[in-house]
Order: sequence, then C-alpha cells, then structure tokens
Amino acid sequence: MSQNRILVQTADFSVPEEYQRIAADNQDGAVVTFVGKVRDFNEGNQVSDLTLEHYPGMTEKVLDQIADQARERWPLNHLTIIHRVGTMHLGEQIVFIGVSSAHRKAAFAACEFLIDFLKTKAPFWKLETSDKGQGWVEARDADDQAAKAWEQ
Amino acid sequence: MINVLFFAQVRELLGESSLTLDAGEGTATADALRQTLASRSDKWARVLASDKLLVAVNQTLCHWHTPIKDGDEVAFFPPVTGG
Repeated sequence: MSQNRILVQTADFSVPEEYQRIAADNQDGAVVTFVGKVRDFNEGNQVSDLTLEHYPGMTEKVLDQIADQARERWPLNHLTIIHRVGTMHLGEQIVFIGVSSAHRKAAFAACEFLIDFLKTKAPFWKLETSDKGQGWVEARDADDQAAKAWEQ
Repeated sequence: MINVLFFAQVRELLGESSLTLDAGEGTATADALRQTLASRSDKWARVLASDKLLVAVNQTLCHWHTPIKDGDEVAFFPPVTGG
C-alpha cells in the first residue's frame, strides 16, 4: 500500500530504520534516499551549529502538497520526508527524503524533485552560528532555479 | 480578529512573533495589512518594506492582493532556507 510519511521533529532519525520502511515491498525495484547534514562551511564561514525555525501547521501542509505533486508526476510507492527543527550541531542530520518505485528513474527524479521543492517552498529558516557570529542563512538563487527547472 | 504571525529575520527584527488586529479597512488585503503594520514605526516600515518579504494567508503562500477576512491567520516571513 502506498503511503506518505511526513514528520517535522526535533529528534534525530535513523536512516537504517527509515530505509527498512521504504524498502519493505518486493514490487519496488528501486529505493532512493537523501540525507541533508550540517556542514562545516557556508559562504566562507566556519559553521559550528544551525538552528532551524519553521511555521507549524503550514510546514506539514506544504510538505503534504509537495509529496502529492511528486506522486502525480511519477509512479511511487513509499514516500518519506523527515525534517528536523531546533538546534543541530556540525555533522548532524537535518533532513531525510526517501522514495520507492518499480524503476530507478522515477525514484531518482522524485527524490531530487522533493528536495528541490522542499528547499524553496516549505517554511523552514536556518539560523547559523559560525566563527563570525550568528546570522540567518540567505535564500540562494541556485535553489530557486533548481525548483523552477521542474516546471519547464 | 486577524491573527498575524512573524517568522525568522522578520520576527527577530520586529521583536514580535504574533499580534492580533481588528478586521477592517486597514486589513482588507495582505498589502493593506502590511501598510497598516508599517505605519507603526520606522522600524516596522523598514522591515516590512523588503521586496523579499513573503506572505501566507491561512497557511498558504499568496499574493499581496489576496483579500483577508475576519478570523484569518496572516504570516509574514523571508524566503525559506530549509533542507
């Protein structure tokens, strides 16, 4: 049975456990997952941690819409989006996307579509702590262009 | 009543996360609400004048000419940066 699993939480997630859920059905020949992490640099600054703020209520609604759009475009079975909020330190996991499908092309494309749309449509904001102090991460034109490319 | 929310830099710069306003002429559209709030002080005018500012009505991103009615929730925020 196909299903969307959408979670916004402060707690970390387990990639092996999430993989098990997505890979449970033998009708699926392809499972694609993506994990976004806190990296140690941004715009030339040494990053030590990130705090993610979101708009409760709207976030879940937008993630549901993005998941539905992916299902309209590709034949998917399982679909998981987990996004953490609160403070995360260097190397920690921020976001998980996982999809399963009969074939790899649909699974790869859907996973990329989901992260591109999440980055530009879902109401999350990153506050970064670095060697230069604390500051809000600016939206990137490259992310907007990646999301727009799916509309052509 | 109109429930107004602010997020991220907008919340931080204004020093407010939410407020309520009586529905009326000054809240007829998202843009009218923005102008009403901007008239509070120079700080509010400056923060809400940003051409990057986004608005959502009842948790859906919308245009500035979107009508607002009594009981609506309106949120102002900067471009999103999750993922």
